Amino acid sequence: MVAVTETEASSLLVRDLKKSFPAPDDPLVRREVLGGISFSLAAGELVSLIGPSGCGKSTLLRLIAGLETSDAGDLLIESDPITAPNAERGLVFQDPNLFPWLSVRRNIQAGLVARGVLHEKKQEVDEFMRLVGLEVFANAYPHHLSGGMAQRAALARALINHPKVLLLDEPLGALDAFTRMRMQDEVLRLWQTRRTTMLLVTHDIDEAIYMSDRIMIMTPRPGRIERTIAVSLTRPRQRSSDDFLRLRSDILNFLHFAGKA
Amino acid sequence: MEAQEDLVSTEPAEPASILRWRTMLAVPVAAAFALTLHTFIAKNEPPLEAHSYRLLFFEVIAVAIVLALLRRFSPGLRRWMARMWPIFTAAILLLCVWDVVTLGFRLLPLPYFPGPSAVLRSLINDRVMLLDSTWHSLVLLLSGYVLGVIAGLISGICIGWSTPVRYWGMPILKVVGPIPATAWIPLAMVLSPSAVVSSAALIALAVWFPVTMLTASGISNTRASYLDVARTLGAGRTYLIFRVAIPAALPNIFIGLFMGLGASFLTLVVAESVGVKSGLGWYVSWAQGWAEYGKVFAALIIMAAFFSTIMTLLFKLRDHVLVWQRGIIKW
Repeated sequence: MVAVTETEASSLLVRDLKKSFPAPDDPLVRREVLGGISFSLAAGELVSLIGPSGCGKSTLLRLIAGLETSDAGDLLIESDPITAPNAERGLVFQDPNLFPWLSVRRNIQAGLVARGVLHEKKQEVDEFMRLVGLEVFANAYPHHLSGGMAQRAALARALINHPKVLLLDEPLGALDAFTRMRMQDEVLRLWQTRRTTMLLVTHDIDEAIYMSDRIMIMTPRPGRIERTIAVSLTRPRQRSSDDFLRLRSDILNFLHFAGKA
Repeated sequence: MEAQEDLVSTEPAEPASILRWRTMLAVPVAAAFALTLHTFIAKNEPPLEAHSYRLLFFEVIAVAIVLALLRRFSPGLRRWMARMWPIFTAAILLLCVWDVVTLGFRLLPLPYFPGPSAVLRSLINDRVMLLDSTWHSLVLLLSGYVLGVIAGLISGICIGWSTPVRYWGMPILKVVGPIPATAWIPLAMVLSPSAVVSSAALIALAVWFPVTMLTASGISNTRASYLDVARTLGAGRTYLIFRVAIPAALPNIFIGLFMGLGASFLTLVVAESVGVKSGLGWYVSWAQGWAEYGKVFAALIIMAAFFSTIMTLLFKLRDHVLVWQRGIIKW
Protein backbone atom coordinates (compact mmCIF):
# COMPACT_ATOMS: atom_id res chain seq x y z
CA MET A 1 0.00 0.00 0.00
CA VAL A 2 2.72 2.45 0.97
CA ALA A 3 5.23 2.87 -1.76
CA VAL A 4 8.64 3.65 -0.33
CA THR A 5 10.76 5.23 -2.97
CA GLU A 6 14.41 5.17 -1.99
CA THR A 7 15.68 7.71 -4.43
CA GLU A 8 18.99 9.49 -4.15
CA ALA A 9 17.12 12.68 -3.40
CA SER A 10 15.26 11.33 -0.42
CA SER A 11 16.26 13.45 2.54
CA LEU A 12 14.42 11.45 5.19
CA LEU A 13 13.79 7.72 5.11
CA VAL A 14 11.63 5.91 7.63
CA ARG A 15 11.51 2.13 7.33
CA ASP A 16 9.28 -0.21 9.36
CA LEU A 17 9.51 1.99 12.45
CA LYS A 18 8.03 0.56 15.64
CA LYS A 19 7.54 2.12 19.05
CA SER A 20 5.69 1.01 22.15
CA PHE A 21 5.19 2.60 25.56
CA PRO A 22 4.29 1.02 28.91
CA ALA A 23 0.54 1.24 29.42
CA PRO A 24 -0.34 3.93 31.99
CA ASP A 25 -2.64 1.60 33.96
CA ASP A 26 -0.35 -1.44 33.91
CA PRO A 27 3.39 -0.84 33.53
CA LEU A 28 4.02 -4.50 32.66
CA VAL A 29 1.99 -4.25 29.46
CA ARG A 30 3.55 -2.37 26.58
CA ARG A 31 1.18 -0.68 24.18
CA GLU A 32 2.24 -0.39 20.58
CA VAL A 33 1.96 3.21 19.44
CA LEU A 34 3.63 2.90 16.07
CA GLY A 35 3.21 -0.43 14.29
CA GLY A 36 5.64 -0.34 11.41
CA ILE A 37 5.79 3.07 9.74
CA SER A 38 7.48 3.42 6.37
CA PHE A 39 7.77 6.49 4.16
CA SER A 40 10.32 8.82 2.71
CA LEU A 41 10.54 12.53 2.06
CA ALA A 42 12.23 13.90 -1.04
CA ALA A 43 14.45 16.92 -0.55
CA GLY A 44 12.41 20.10 -0.59
CA GLU A 45 9.11 18.27 -0.20
CA LEU A 46 6.30 19.44 2.09
CA VAL A 47 4.36 16.44 3.38
CA SER A 48 1.47 16.46 5.83
CA LEU A 49 0.60 13.81 8.33
CA ILE A 50 -3.03 13.74 9.40
CA GLY A 51 -5.04 11.41 11.55
CA PRO A 52 -7.17 11.29 14.68
CA SER A 53 -5.56 12.22 17.99
CA GLY A 54 -3.73 9.38 19.68
CA CYS A 55 -2.62 7.82 16.39
CA GLY A 56 1.05 8.44 17.18
CA LYS A 57 1.72 11.47 14.96
CA SER A 58 3.58 13.35 17.64
CA THR A 59 5.48 10.24 18.73
CA LEU A 60 6.62 9.76 15.15
CA LEU A 61 7.82 13.35 15.03
CA ARG A 62 9.68 12.99 18.32
CA LEU A 63 11.37 9.85 17.01
CA ILE A 64 12.50 11.67 13.90
CA ALA A 65 13.69 14.59 16.01
CA GLY A 66 15.71 12.10 18.07
CA LEU A 67 13.97 12.97 21.34
CA GLU A 68 12.80 9.32 21.66
CA THR A 69 14.39 6.09 20.55
CA SER A 70 12.55 3.53 18.45
CA ASP A 71 12.05 -0.17 19.30
CA ALA A 72 12.72 -1.36 15.78
CA GLY A 73 13.11 -0.07 12.25
CA ASP A 74 15.33 2.42 10.48
CA LEU A 75 15.43 6.19 10.62
CA LEU A 76 17.83 7.67 8.12
CA ILE A 77 18.53 11.25 7.24
CA GLU A 78 20.48 11.48 3.98
CA SER A 79 21.38 7.82 4.69
CA ASP A 80 22.83 8.59 8.17
CA PRO A 81 20.98 6.92 11.04
CA ILE A 82 19.26 9.22 13.54
CA THR A 83 20.45 8.61 17.10
CA ALA A 84 20.05 11.84 19.03
CA PRO A 85 18.55 15.32 18.67
CA ASN A 86 20.50 17.48 16.31
CA ALA A 87 20.30 20.91 14.73
CA GLU A 88 19.77 19.31 11.31
CA ARG A 89 16.21 18.38 12.35
CA GLY A 90 14.32 21.43 13.60
CA LEU A 91 11.14 21.01 15.58
CA VAL A 92 8.32 23.52 16.05
CA PHE A 93 5.55 22.73 18.50
CA GLN A 94 1.98 23.98 18.76
CA ASP A 95 3.15 26.11 21.68
CA PRO A 96 5.93 28.34 20.30
CA ASN A 97 8.01 27.51 23.40
CA LEU A 98 10.05 30.66 23.05
CA PHE A 99 12.39 31.08 26.02
CA PRO A 100 10.56 33.76 28.07
CA TRP A 101 13.82 35.06 29.56
CA LEU A 102 15.30 35.94 26.16
CA SER A 103 14.33 38.77 23.85
CA VAL A 104 12.94 37.87 20.42
CA ARG A 105 16.33 38.43 18.83
CA ARG A 106 18.13 36.25 21.38
CA ASN A 107 15.49 33.55 20.95
CA ILE A 108 16.02 33.51 17.20
CA GLN A 109 19.80 33.31 17.56
CA ALA A 110 19.59 30.61 20.28
CA GLY A 111 20.47 27.85 17.80
CA LEU A 112 23.61 29.69 16.70
CA VAL A 113 24.65 30.22 20.33
CA ALA A 114 23.95 26.57 21.16
CA ARG A 115 26.14 25.40 18.29
CA GLY A 116 28.80 27.99 19.11
CA VAL A 117 28.67 29.63 15.67
CA LEU A 118 27.02 32.95 16.57
CA HIS A 119 30.16 34.86 15.74
CA GLU A 120 30.44 33.66 12.14
CA LYS A 121 26.73 33.84 11.43
CA LYS A 122 25.78 37.07 13.19
CA GLN A 123 24.41 38.64 10.01
CA GLU A 124 21.98 35.75 9.51
CA VAL A 125 20.09 36.77 12.65
CA ASP A 126 18.99 39.99 10.99
CA GLU A 127 18.20 38.12 7.79
CA PHE A 128 15.89 35.70 9.58
CA MET A 129 14.24 38.41 11.65
CA ARG A 130 13.45 40.21 8.40
CA LEU A 131 12.28 36.96 6.86
CA VAL A 132 9.56 36.59 9.49
CA GLY A 133 8.94 40.34 9.80
CA LEU A 134 9.94 40.75 13.44
CA GLU A 135 12.76 43.34 13.17
CA VAL A 136 10.69 45.85 15.12
CA PHE A 137 10.23 43.39 17.97
CA ALA A 138 13.91 42.43 18.24
CA ASN A 139 14.19 43.56 21.85
CA ALA A 140 10.69 42.64 23.00
CA TYR A 141 10.17 39.71 25.32
CA PRO A 142 8.06 36.79 24.05
CA HIS A 143 5.03 37.53 26.23
CA HIS A 144 4.57 40.80 24.36
CA LEU A 145 4.03 38.93 21.07
CA SER A 146 0.71 37.78 19.67
CA GLY A 147 0.25 34.06 19.00
CA GLY A 148 1.02 34.44 15.30
CA MET A 149 4.13 36.55 15.90
CA ALA A 150 5.42 34.15 18.54
CA GLN A 151 5.00 31.23 16.13
CA ARG A 152 6.84 33.18 13.40
CA ALA A 153 9.69 33.74 15.86
CA ALA A 154 9.69 30.01 16.65
CA LEU A 155 9.87 29.21 12.91
CA ALA A 156 12.78 31.61 12.44
CA ARG A 157 14.54 30.08 15.44
CA ALA A 158 14.23 26.62 13.91
CA LEU A 159 15.14 27.73 10.36
CA ILE A 160 18.28 29.65 11.32
CA ASN A 161 20.09 26.32 11.73
CA HIS A 162 19.30 25.44 8.08
CA PRO A 163 17.75 22.11 9.08
CA LYS A 164 17.63 19.31 6.53
CA VAL A 165 14.12 18.56 7.73
CA LEU A 166 11.79 20.87 9.61
CA LEU A 167 9.30 18.99 11.76
CA LEU A 168 6.11 20.89 12.50
CA ASP A 169 3.87 19.50 15.24
CA GLU A 170 0.50 21.21 14.73
CA PRO A 171 2.30 24.57 14.63
CA LEU A 172 -0.84 26.55 13.79
CA GLY A 173 -3.24 24.55 15.95
CA ALA A 174 -3.55 27.16 18.70
CA LEU A 175 -4.20 30.12 16.42
CA ASP A 176 -7.59 31.56 15.50
CA ALA A 177 -8.99 30.71 12.05
CA PHE A 178 -7.92 33.93 10.31
CA THR A 179 -4.44 34.06 11.80
CA ARG A 180 -4.06 30.40 10.90
CA MET A 181 -4.84 30.98 7.23
CA ARG A 182 -2.40 33.89 7.13
CA MET A 183 0.25 31.78 8.82
CA GLN A 184 -0.31 28.95 6.33
CA ASP A 185 0.72 31.36 3.58
CA GLU A 186 3.61 32.50 5.75
CA VAL A 187 4.88 28.93 6.21
CA LEU A 188 4.47 28.29 2.49
CA ARG A 189 6.45 31.42 1.71
CA LEU A 190 9.23 30.30 4.06
CA TRP A 191 9.16 26.84 2.49
CA GLN A 192 9.39 28.27 -1.02
CA THR A 193 12.18 30.73 -0.21
CA ARG A 194 14.24 28.35 1.95
CA ARG A 195 13.40 25.12 0.08
CA THR A 196 13.42 23.30 3.42
CA THR A 197 12.01 19.78 3.54
CA MET A 198 9.01 19.92 5.86
CA LEU A 199 6.94 17.31 7.65
CA LEU A 200 3.75 18.88 8.97
CA VAL A 201 1.57 17.18 11.53
CA THR A 202 -1.92 18.63 11.55
CA HIS A 203 -5.49 17.63 12.18
CA ASP A 204 -6.85 20.28 9.89
CA ILE A 205 -7.67 18.60 6.55
CA ASP A 206 -7.98 21.93 4.73
CA GLU A 207 -4.55 22.94 5.97
CA ALA A 208 -3.07 19.66 4.74
CA ILE A 209 -4.60 20.02 1.26
CA TYR A 210 -3.77 23.71 1.04
CA MET A 211 -0.14 23.27 1.93
CA SER A 212 1.33 19.90 1.10
CA ASP A 213 2.73 17.98 -1.86
CA ARG A 214 1.55 14.75 -0.30
CA ILE A 215 -0.78 13.84 2.55
CA MET A 216 -0.21 10.75 4.67
CA ILE A 217 -3.23 9.55 6.59
CA MET A 218 -2.54 7.70 9.83
CA THR A 219 -4.86 5.39 11.74
CA PRO A 220 -4.45 4.59 15.44
CA ARG A 221 -3.81 1.53 17.64
CA PRO A 222 -1.19 0.89 16.51
CA GLY A 223 -0.35 3.92 14.40
CA ARG A 224 0.07 3.10 10.71
CA ILE A 225 0.15 5.11 7.53
CA GLU A 226 -3.02 3.89 5.91
CA ARG A 227 -2.94 5.92 2.76
CA THR A 228 -0.78 8.47 0.96
CA ILE A 229 -2.38 11.01 -1.34
CA ALA A 230 -0.41 13.13 -3.78
CA VAL A 231 -1.87 16.63 -4.06
CA SER A 232 -1.34 17.82 -7.59
CA LEU A 233 -3.26 21.09 -7.38
CA THR A 234 -1.35 24.08 -8.68
CA ARG A 235 -0.19 26.72 -6.23
CA PRO A 236 -1.43 29.06 -4.95
CA ARG A 237 -4.37 26.83 -4.19
CA GLN A 238 -7.98 27.93 -4.02
CA ARG A 239 -9.64 26.67 -0.84
CA SER A 240 -13.04 26.61 -2.54
CA SER A 241 -12.13 25.18 -5.95
CA ASP A 242 -13.91 22.00 -7.08
CA ASP A 243 -10.72 19.92 -7.07
CA PHE A 244 -9.89 21.13 -3.55
CA LEU A 245 -13.35 20.23 -2.26
CA ARG A 246 -13.34 16.86 -4.03
CA LEU A 247 -10.05 15.94 -2.40
CA ARG A 248 -11.41 17.10 0.93
CA SER A 249 -14.50 14.92 0.71
CA ASP A 250 -12.33 11.96 -0.38
CA ILE A 251 -10.26 12.29 2.78
CA LEU A 252 -13.32 12.78 4.98
CA ASN A 253 -14.88 9.68 3.43
CA PHE A 254 -11.74 7.72 4.10
CA LEU A 255 -11.75 8.81 7.75
CA HIS A 256 -15.52 8.01 7.98
CA PHE A 257 -16.35 11.60 8.84
CA ALA A 258 -18.33 12.36 5.69
CA GLY A 259 -21.75 11.72 7.19
CA LYS A 260 -24.71 11.35 4.87
CA ALA A 261 -23.52 13.33 1.91
CA MET B 1 -4.26 73.59 62.15
CA GLU B 2 -7.31 75.67 61.36
CA ALA B 3 -5.25 78.41 59.81
CA GLN B 4 -3.72 75.86 57.51
CA GLU B 5 -7.14 74.57 56.54
CA ASP B 6 -8.01 78.12 55.52
CA LEU B 7 -4.87 78.35 53.47
CA VAL B 8 -5.93 75.23 51.60
CA SER B 9 -9.43 76.44 50.84
CA THR B 10 -8.21 79.78 49.51
CA GLU B 11 -6.16 77.95 46.88
CA PRO B 12 -8.05 78.51 43.62
CA ALA B 13 -7.35 75.09 42.22
CA GLU B 14 -8.96 71.75 41.36
CA PRO B 15 -9.55 69.09 44.08
CA ALA B 16 -6.43 67.14 43.03
CA SER B 17 -4.18 70.04 43.98
CA ILE B 18 -5.99 70.55 47.30
CA LEU B 19 -5.27 66.94 48.04
CA ARG B 20 -1.66 67.53 47.13
CA TRP B 21 -1.48 70.51 49.50
CA ARG B 22 -2.90 68.40 52.28
CA THR B 23 -0.38 65.69 51.59
CA MET B 24 2.46 68.21 51.54
CA LEU B 25 1.40 69.73 54.84
CA ALA B 26 0.86 66.43 56.61
CA VAL B 27 4.53 65.87 57.46
CA PRO B 28 5.42 69.35 58.85
CA VAL B 29 2.11 69.51 60.71
CA ALA B 30 2.68 66.10 62.27
CA ALA B 31 6.25 67.09 63.18
CA ALA B 32 5.06 70.35 64.75
CA PHE B 33 2.46 68.40 66.68
CA ALA B 34 5.08 65.91 67.91
CA LEU B 35 7.33 68.78 68.92
CA THR B 36 4.59 70.53 70.89
CA LEU B 37 3.52 67.29 72.49
CA HIS B 38 7.06 66.45 73.55
CA THR B 39 7.71 69.93 74.93
CA PHE B 40 4.57 69.55 77.00
CA ILE B 41 5.38 66.03 78.23
CA ALA B 42 9.11 66.51 78.83
CA LYS B 43 8.87 69.53 81.13
CA ASN B 44 10.63 67.71 83.95
CA GLU B 45 13.14 65.78 81.84
CA PRO B 46 16.85 66.62 81.58
CA PRO B 47 17.03 69.38 78.97
CA LEU B 48 19.86 67.78 76.99
CA GLU B 49 17.80 64.69 76.22
CA ALA B 50 14.80 66.67 75.04
CA HIS B 51 17.04 68.96 73.04
CA SER B 52 18.20 66.55 70.35
CA TYR B 53 14.75 65.04 70.00
CA ARG B 54 13.29 68.50 69.44
CA LEU B 55 16.08 69.32 67.04
CA LEU B 56 15.11 66.24 65.03
CA PHE B 57 11.61 67.58 64.46
CA PHE B 58 12.86 71.03 63.60
CA GLU B 59 14.99 69.38 60.96
CA VAL B 60 12.03 67.34 59.70
CA ILE B 61 9.94 70.50 59.39
CA ALA B 62 12.75 72.34 57.62
CA VAL B 63 13.41 69.52 55.15
CA ALA B 64 9.68 69.08 54.46
CA ILE B 65 9.30 72.78 53.68
CA VAL B 66 12.37 72.83 51.44
CA LEU B 67 11.11 69.77 49.55
CA ALA B 68 7.63 71.25 49.24
CA LEU B 69 9.19 74.27 47.56
CA LEU B 70 11.48 72.21 45.36
CA ARG B 71 8.74 69.86 44.18
CA ARG B 72 7.70 72.24 41.42
CA PHE B 73 10.95 71.54 39.60
CA SER B 74 10.95 67.76 39.70
CA PRO B 75 8.08 65.43 38.80
CA GLY B 76 10.07 62.53 40.23
CA LEU B 77 10.29 64.27 43.60
CA ARG B 78 6.53 64.98 43.44
CA ARG B 79 5.71 61.33 42.83
CA TRP B 80 8.06 60.22 45.59
CA MET B 81 6.54 62.71 48.04
CA ALA B 82 2.99 61.74 47.11
CA ARG B 83 3.88 58.10 47.74
CA MET B 84 5.97 58.47 50.92
CA TRP B 85 4.44 61.43 52.78
CA PRO B 86 1.43 59.54 54.23
CA ILE B 87 3.80 56.86 55.51
CA PHE B 88 6.19 59.43 57.04
CA THR B 89 3.24 61.15 58.69
CA ALA B 90 2.08 57.88 60.20
CA ALA B 91 5.63 57.20 61.44
CA ILE B 92 5.80 60.59 63.18
CA LEU B 93 2.38 60.04 64.78
CA LEU B 94 3.56 56.63 65.95
CA LEU B 95 6.51 58.36 67.66
CA CYS B 96 3.97 60.60 69.41
CA VAL B 97 2.07 57.55 70.67
CA TRP B 98 5.32 56.05 71.92
CA ASP B 99 6.20 59.34 73.62
CA VAL B 100 2.83 59.56 75.34
CA VAL B 101 2.79 55.93 76.46
CA THR B 102 6.33 55.98 77.90
CA LEU B 103 7.29 59.48 78.97
CA GLY B 104 3.80 60.95 79.19
CA PHE B 105 1.78 58.51 81.27
CA ARG B 106 4.54 56.02 82.15
CA LEU B 107 2.31 53.10 81.17
CA LEU B 108 5.32 50.85 80.41
CA PRO B 109 7.81 49.78 83.09
CA LEU B 110 11.15 51.57 83.22
CA PRO B 111 13.98 51.11 82.50
CA TYR B 112 12.87 48.53 79.93
CA PHE B 113 10.86 50.94 77.78
CA PRO B 114 12.55 54.32 77.44
CA GLY B 115 10.90 57.11 75.48
CA PRO B 116 11.90 58.02 71.92
CA SER B 117 13.99 60.98 73.09
CA ALA B 118 16.13 58.74 75.34
CA VAL B 119 16.62 56.28 72.49
CA LEU B 120 17.67 59.05 70.16
CA ARG B 121 20.10 60.23 72.81
CA SER B 122 21.69 56.75 73.02
CA LEU B 123 21.80 56.56 69.24
CA ILE B 124 23.77 59.81 69.07
CA ASN B 125 26.00 59.24 72.09
CA ASP B 126 27.01 55.72 71.14
CA ARG B 127 27.21 56.26 67.37
CA VAL B 128 30.85 55.22 67.03
CA MET B 129 30.27 51.89 68.71
CA LEU B 130 27.02 51.32 66.83
CA LEU B 131 28.70 52.03 63.52
CA ASP B 132 31.53 49.67 64.39
CA SER B 133 29.05 46.95 65.40
CA THR B 134 27.11 47.43 62.16
CA TRP B 135 30.31 47.06 60.17
CA HIS B 136 31.22 43.82 61.96
CA SER B 137 27.71 42.47 61.46
CA LEU B 138 27.84 43.36 57.77
CA VAL B 139 31.13 41.56 57.22
CA LEU B 140 29.99 38.46 59.07
CA LEU B 141 26.57 38.43 57.40
CA LEU B 142 27.90 38.86 53.89
CA SER B 143 30.69 36.31 54.22
CA GLY B 144 28.22 33.72 55.56
CA TYR B 145 25.49 34.60 53.07
CA VAL B 146 27.69 34.57 49.98
CA LEU B 147 29.27 31.27 51.07
CA GLY B 148 25.81 29.74 51.66
CA VAL B 149 24.43 30.99 48.36
CA ILE B 150 27.37 29.61 46.37
CA ALA B 151 27.13 26.24 48.12
CA GLY B 152 23.33 26.22 47.80
CA LEU B 153 23.38 27.03 44.09
CA ILE B 154 25.93 24.32 43.35
CA SER B 155 24.16 21.62 45.36
CA GLY B 156 20.73 22.77 44.14
CA ILE B 157 21.72 22.63 40.49
CA CYS B 158 23.34 19.20 40.93
CA ILE B 159 20.32 17.78 42.79
CA GLY B 160 17.87 19.34 40.36
CA TRP B 161 19.66 18.19 37.23
CA SER B 162 21.13 14.78 37.96
CA THR B 163 18.96 11.84 38.99
CA PRO B 164 21.69 9.97 40.94
CA VAL B 165 22.71 13.11 42.84
CA ARG B 166 19.02 13.69 43.57
CA TYR B 167 18.64 10.13 44.88
CA TRP B 168 21.58 10.44 47.31
CA GLY B 169 21.34 14.15 48.02
CA MET B 170 17.65 14.52 48.78
CA PRO B 171 17.67 12.36 51.95
CA ILE B 172 20.60 14.35 53.36
CA LEU B 173 18.83 17.58 52.51
CA LYS B 174 15.57 16.42 54.04
CA VAL B 175 17.17 15.24 57.28
CA VAL B 176 19.83 17.90 57.86
CA GLY B 177 18.13 20.88 56.25
CA PRO B 178 15.20 21.46 58.62
CA ILE B 179 17.47 21.62 61.71
CA PRO B 180 17.70 25.33 62.55
CA ALA B 181 21.28 26.45 62.00
CA THR B 182 21.33 27.92 65.53
CA ALA B 183 20.89 24.42 66.96
CA TRP B 184 24.42 23.61 65.75
CA ILE B 185 25.93 26.40 67.86
CA PRO B 186 27.29 24.10 70.64
CA LEU B 187 29.04 21.89 68.07
CA ALA B 188 30.23 24.77 65.91
CA MET B 189 31.89 26.47 68.88
CA VAL B 190 33.82 23.30 69.65
CA LEU B 191 34.80 22.52 66.08
CA SER B 192 36.18 25.90 65.10
CA PRO B 193 38.83 27.82 67.04
CA SER B 194 37.36 31.17 65.98
CA ALA B 195 33.84 32.22 66.87
CA VAL B 196 33.69 34.42 63.77
CA VAL B 197 34.58 31.56 61.44
CA SER B 198 32.10 29.18 63.04
CA SER B 199 29.38 31.86 62.95
CA ALA B 200 29.99 32.49 59.27
CA ALA B 201 29.72 28.75 58.70
CA LEU B 202 26.43 28.63 60.62
CA ILE B 203 24.99 31.51 58.61
CA ALA B 204 26.12 29.74 55.43
CA LEU B 205 24.38 26.58 56.60
CA ALA B 206 21.17 28.50 57.33
CA VAL B 207 21.25 30.02 53.85
CA TRP B 208 22.32 26.82 52.11
CA PHE B 209 19.16 24.86 52.90
CA PRO B 210 16.45 27.10 51.37
CA VAL B 211 18.65 28.05 48.42
CA THR B 212 19.39 24.39 47.67
CA MET B 213 15.76 23.34 48.07
CA LEU B 214 14.31 26.06 45.84
CA THR B 215 17.08 25.83 43.23
CA ALA B 216 16.69 22.07 42.97
CA SER B 217 12.94 22.28 42.58
CA GLY B 218 13.26 25.08 40.02
CA ILE B 219 15.80 23.16 37.95
CA SER B 220 13.92 19.87 38.02
CA ASN B 221 10.65 21.59 37.10
CA THR B 222 12.07 23.20 33.98
CA ARG B 223 9.47 22.76 31.26
CA ALA B 224 10.43 19.66 29.30
CA SER B 225 9.49 21.33 26.03
CA TYR B 226 12.10 24.09 26.58
CA LEU B 227 14.73 21.38 26.91
CA ASP B 228 13.35 19.52 23.87
CA VAL B 229 13.42 22.66 21.76
CA ALA B 230 16.96 23.46 22.88
CA ARG B 231 18.09 19.93 22.00
CA THR B 232 16.67 20.18 18.49
CA LEU B 233 18.47 23.52 18.14
CA GLY B 234 21.75 21.71 18.71
CA ALA B 235 22.24 22.42 22.43
CA GLY B 236 24.72 20.39 24.45
CA ARG B 237 24.57 19.77 28.17
CA THR B 238 26.29 23.02 29.12
CA TYR B 239 23.75 25.03 27.15
CA LEU B 240 20.85 23.01 28.59
CA ILE B 241 21.98 23.62 32.17
CA PHE B 242 23.27 27.17 32.03
CA ARG B 243 21.09 28.69 29.32
CA VAL B 244 17.82 26.83 29.79
CA ALA B 245 17.43 25.17 33.19
CA ILE B 246 19.03 27.92 35.30
CA PRO B 247 17.21 30.85 33.65
CA ALA B 248 13.96 28.89 33.92
CA ALA B 249 14.67 28.25 37.60
CA LEU B 250 15.65 31.85 38.44
CA PRO B 251 12.24 32.91 39.81
CA ASN B 252 12.44 29.96 42.20
CA ILE B 253 16.09 30.61 43.00
CA PHE B 254 15.22 34.16 44.08
CA ILE B 255 12.57 32.86 46.46
CA GLY B 256 15.33 30.71 47.97
CA LEU B 257 17.64 33.72 48.18
CA PHE B 258 14.98 35.71 50.06
CA MET B 259 14.24 32.86 52.45
CA GLY B 260 17.97 32.37 52.98
CA LEU B 261 18.42 36.07 53.73
CA GLY B 262 15.76 35.91 56.44
CA ALA B 263 17.42 32.84 57.95
CA SER B 264 20.82 34.55 57.80
CA PHE B 265 19.57 37.58 59.81
CA LEU B 266 18.24 35.29 62.51
CA THR B 267 21.39 33.19 62.68
CA LEU B 268 23.61 36.29 62.67
CA VAL B 269 21.89 37.86 65.67
CA VAL B 270 21.82 34.62 67.66
CA ALA B 271 25.45 33.80 66.86
CA GLU B 272 26.55 37.31 67.84
CA SER B 273 24.71 37.25 71.12
CA VAL B 274 26.16 33.89 72.23
CA GLY B 275 29.64 33.62 70.74
CA VAL B 276 30.99 36.45 68.65
CA LYS B 277 32.28 39.44 70.61
CA SER B 278 31.20 42.09 68.11
CA GLY B 279 28.29 43.11 65.94
CA LEU B 280 24.78 44.38 66.57
CA GLY B 281 23.57 41.15 68.19
CA TRP B 282 26.45 41.33 70.66
CA TYR B 283 25.79 45.03 71.25
CA VAL B 284 22.15 44.33 72.16
CA SER B 285 23.00 41.71 74.77
CA TRP B 286 25.90 43.81 76.09
CA ALA B 287 23.64 46.85 76.53
CA GLN B 288 21.04 44.64 78.13
CA GLY B 289 23.66 43.46 80.63
CA TRP B 290 24.16 47.09 81.73
CA ALA B 291 20.39 47.63 81.73
CA GLU B 292 20.85 50.40 79.17
CA TYR B 293 17.65 49.82 77.31
CA GLY B 294 17.96 53.03 75.37
CA LYS B 295 20.95 51.45 73.67
CA VAL B 296 19.03 48.23 73.10
CA PHE B 297 16.35 50.15 71.24
CA ALA B 298 18.95 52.17 69.37
CA ALA B 299 20.58 48.95 68.17
CA LEU B 300 17.17 47.56 67.16
CA ILE B 301 16.52 50.64 65.06
CA ILE B 302 19.93 50.29 63.38
CA MET B 303 19.21 46.60 62.77
CA ALA B 304 15.86 47.40 61.16
CA ALA B 305 17.49 49.92 58.83
CA PHE B 306 20.44 47.62 58.11
CA PHE B 307 18.42 44.48 57.35
CA SER B 308 15.76 46.24 55.33
CA THR B 309 18.43 47.95 53.24
CA ILE B 310 19.99 44.59 52.39
CA MET B 311 16.54 43.17 51.62
CA THR B 312 15.81 46.13 49.33
CA LEU B 313 19.09 45.59 47.51
CA LEU B 314 18.13 41.96 46.88
CA PHE B 315 14.72 43.11 45.57
CA LYS B 316 16.49 45.51 43.22
CA LEU B 317 18.76 42.73 41.99
CA ARG B 318 15.74 40.51 41.34
CA ASP B 319 13.91 43.26 39.46
CA HIS B 320 16.99 43.65 37.30
CA VAL B 321 17.62 39.94 36.64
CA LEU B 322 13.97 38.94 36.21
CA VAL B 323 13.01 41.94 34.10
CA TRP B 324 11.59 39.51 31.52
CA GLN B 325 8.88 38.51 34.01
CA ARG B 326 7.42 42.01 34.08
CA GLY B 327 3.95 41.72 32.62
CA ILE B 328 3.70 37.98 33.21
CA ILE B 329 3.34 37.88 36.97
CA LYS B 330 2.71 40.43 39.69
CA TRP B 331 5.38 40.63 42.38
